[in-house]
Amino acid sequence: MAILYLGLLVLLPLTAVIVKGYDQGLVSLRHALAAPGAVAAIRLTLITSAIAAIVNGVLGTLIAYVLVRFRFPGRSTLATVVDMPFAIPTLVTGVMLVALYGPNTPVGGFLARHGIDVVFAVPGIVLALLVVTLPLVIRTVEPVLMELDPAEEEAARVLGAGGWAAFRRVVLPALRPAIAAGALLTFARALGEFGAIVIVSGNITGKTLTAPYFIFQLTGNFRFEEAAAVSALLFGLSFVLVLVTERLVKNREARVSP
Amino acid sequence: MSISATTSNARPSGVQGRSRFVLIAVAYVGLLLLAPIAGIVWTVIDGGSGVVRRTLAAPDVRHAFLLTGVITVMAVLVTAVFGVAVAMVLARDRFPGRRLMSAIVDLPLAVSPVIVGLMAVLLFGRGGWFEPFFTARGIQIIFALPSMLLVTVFICIPFVVREVVPVLEEVGTEEVEAARTLGASPTQTFFRVTLPTIRWGLLYGIALTAARSLGEIGAVLIVSGTIQGHTETATLYIFRALEERQEASGYFVALVLAAASIVLLTAIELFKRKRVRERSR
Repeated sequence: MAILYLGLLVLLPLTAVIVKGYDQGLVSLRHALAAPGAVAAIRLTLITSAIAAIVNGVLGTLIAYVLVRFRFPGRSTLATVVDMPFAIPTLVTGVMLVALYGPNTPVGGFLARHGIDVVFAVPGIVLALLVVTLPLVIRTVEPVLMELDPAEEEAARVLGAGGWAAFRRVVLPALRPAIAAGALLTFARALGEFGAIVIVSGNITGKTLTAPYFIFQLTGNFRFEEAAAVSALLFGLSFVLVLVTERLVKNREARVSP
Repeated sequence: MSISATTSNARPSGVQGRSRFVLIAVAYVGLLLLAPIAGIVWTVIDGGSGVVRRTLAAPDVRHAFLLTGVITVMAVLVTAVFGVAVAMVLARDRFPGRRLMSAIVDLPLAVSPVIVGLMAVLLFGRGGWFEPFFTARGIQIIFALPSMLLVTVFICIPFVVREVVPVLEEVGTEEVEAARTLGASPTQTFFRVTLPTIRWGLLYGIALTAARSLGEIGAVLIVSGTIQGHTETATLYIFRALEERQEASGYFVALVLAAASIVLLTAIELFKRKRVRERSR
C-alpha cells in the first residue's frame, strides 16, 4: 500500500513531466528558452537563490550559534520567531513585504525617494527568499552545534585565541558540512519559490520574471511541452541538491554514532 | 555549567562580542520577519473596521475560507493515514529499494509548487494521460476540488513521514513484538502500542501539513482555475484581491491566514518540546 501510494502520487506525475518535456528530445526546451525573457528568468532565479543561500548561510549560522551558545533574555522567543516562515503561508509573506515596502507605504515611499526600489524589483525578490528560507540553515546547523563540546572553544580561548579566532579555528570546521547542507537546501528551496515572489516581484519580463513564474506563464498559455521541459530542468537541479544535502547530513551522523 | 564558566572567565571584549552577536541576530530576524508583520498589522488597522466587516460579509471570502478549511482537513487526513503507513514500512522493514523509497518521500520537498500544478495538468488536463478516462465517467478533476486536494497532498507527503520515521526507528520493534506474542491483533498493537509512541511526532507532522495546506498557492493557482465562489481558496482570494486593487480586503485575509499559521506554529513548538522530552526519557 505504501509503495502504491508513493508510486501513484509521486513517481507517476514526475514521469509525466519528464516524458512530456523530452519525448521530442531537446526541441521543447529549445523552444522554451527562445521565448523572450526565458534565459533572463532562469538566470535571475539562479542568482537570487545563490544570494539567499550565501546570506542565510552566514547569518543563519550566526543565529544558530547565538541560540545554542548564549543565554539571554528573549532567547526562546527568538527561537520561536525564527521558525515562523515554516508556518506563515509564502503568499502572506509576500503580501507582508508589499504592505511594508510597497510604493504607497511610508517605508517604501521613503526608500523610493532615496532611489531604492524594493517591491517590483530584484531586492524584493531577494528579501522574500531570505524570509522564507530563514529557518533552513539554522535548523541544520543547530543540532550539530548542540553536540559540539563548548569545552574545546574554551580551551582555545584560554590558550589566548580571541572569540572570533576560537570560532573560526574550532567551531567553524566542525560546522562546515552542516552549513553547506543548509545552504544547499536554501538554494534548492529558493529555486522553486513562487508564492512569496509572485506579488513582490511584479513579474516583469526580462527584469523581475523568475523561472517558476515563467513555467506558470507557459502552463497558462497551454505550452505544456515547453513548461515541462523547463520544469524537469529546474526540478532535476533541486533534487540533486537535496540528495547531496542528505548525504552531507548522513555522513555527519555516521561519524557521530559509529 | 560550562556556560557560566565561560562568562566568568570572559574578558570584557568577549562580553561585548557576545552582545554584538545577539544584536545582529535579533536585528536580522526583526528586519526579515517582525517588520513585515508589523507592516501588515498596521495597514489593516489603518484601513479601519469597515473593511474588516465588509470583507467578512462577502460571500466569496466566506467561501474561500471554507474551501481552504476543507482542503486542509482532507489533506491532513490523507497524509496522516498514509504517512504513518509509509513511515512504518520505512522504519521497520528491511527490503531492497528502501533507501530509494526514502528518497521518493523527500522528492516533493524539491519540487516547485508550480511544477506540481503542471504535473496535475499533464495527467488530468486537456490532452492529459487520464483525461479521457475521467471525462468518459463525467468526473471533473482539473478546475475542481479533486485536483486541488491532489496537489496539496503531494506537497505535504514528506511532513508526517519525516517526523514519524525517526521516532519509530528509535523505539525499535521490541514492544510491538511483545504485544504480538501476547496475542494482540495487528490493529490492537497499532492503537495500543505504536500510536501512543509516535503521538507527538505525528501531531508535529500534522501541524506542519496543516500550515502548508493553509497557505498553498502555486500549485492550486494552476489547477483550480480560480473560479470565484467555487474553486477559490483563501490564498487565491488574496492573489485576486491584490490584482483587482482591492488591497484592503486582501491584506485583511492575509492577516487572518498569518494569525492562523501563528496559532499552528505555537502548536508546532509545543509538540516539538513534548517529542524531545519523550525521546530523552
